[in-house]
Amino acid sequence: MRYFELFNLPVNYDVDLTLLNQRYLELQRAVHPDKFAGKSEREKLVAVQKTSEINDALAVLKHPAKRAEYMLSEQGVDIRAEQQTLQDPVFLMQQMELREALEDIQHSSDPEDEIDAFEAQIKQLDTQYSAQLAEQLVSQDTAVLEVAADNIRKLKFIYKLREELSRIEDSLFD
Amino acid sequence: MAYSDKVIDHVENPRNVGTLDKNDPNVATGMVGAPACGDVMKLQIKVSDEGVIEDAKFKTYGCGSAIASSSLVTEWVKGKTLDQAAEIKNTDITAELELPPVKIHCSILAEDAIQAAIADYKTKQAK
Repeated sequence: MRYFELFNLPVNYDVDLTLLNQRYLELQRAVHPDKFAGKSEREKLVAVQKTSEINDALAVLKHPAKRAEYMLSEQGVDIRAEQQTLQDPVFLMQQMELREALEDIQHSSDPEDEIDAFEAQIKQLDTQYSAQLAEQLVSQDTAVLEVAADNIRKLKFIYKLREELSRIEDSLFD
Repeated sequence: MAYSDKVIDHVENPRNVGTLDKNDPNVATGMVGAPACGDVMKLQIKVSDEGVIEDAKFKTYGCGSAIASSSLVTEWVKGKTLDQAAEIKNTDITAELELPPVKIHCSILAEDAIQAAIADYKTKQAK
């Protein structure tokens, strides 16, 4: 998988983010425009293209959902542009309840404790849906890849909850 | 992004927000979610013994377009038979609300919510 190769990282969903960042900085330095000041137009162009590729790769690899979707697409299952809806009543009912709980936090007299408890809940759900992903994403079995796709779709709802929570935190404590 | 006046109207004055009694045998619930944006939509319908939708309520967590789409369909399905409601297409919703291409998934969400509610009603009746 090209993006992993670019950073000389093993193809693994559980990516070492510190190492990723370090490799990114090394690569960025290597293709920095200053280094190409006296070079030909062609070499400059190659450096610019390389820079944009590195940036794209970093954006994908550092974000868990994008990383998972990228790995899945490389395996032949591309869900990145899909518009189909998720119809899992039990999961969605739970999402609805969590969204309601988030609303309540905004009007709570003691939001800090509730935010902590909510964060713990998000973390537990995150683990529930991502625990098997590393293994599933390198599978050759289409059925397993479909399970991975479903997990990623659900994780995107979990990440949305996390975004909403931090938005609430910002509004309460700023 | 600029919302159309119709979207703004639905967001500022959403129609039929709320919940129907899910234990009522004539009430059915459609739950759908859009992974692309994490929006969640619940659409409930109350169907008369003659198969006409008498009431509809929704609850949506999402962007303005998702809220407007669900608010609009609750207005549209009221008074319709299940078959008529099933004919509502997401393109009708995007046209009415003048949704831009990036918000088409919101209208798909609303169309699928109707379909899910109808399916739930049929399952409930079959029991």
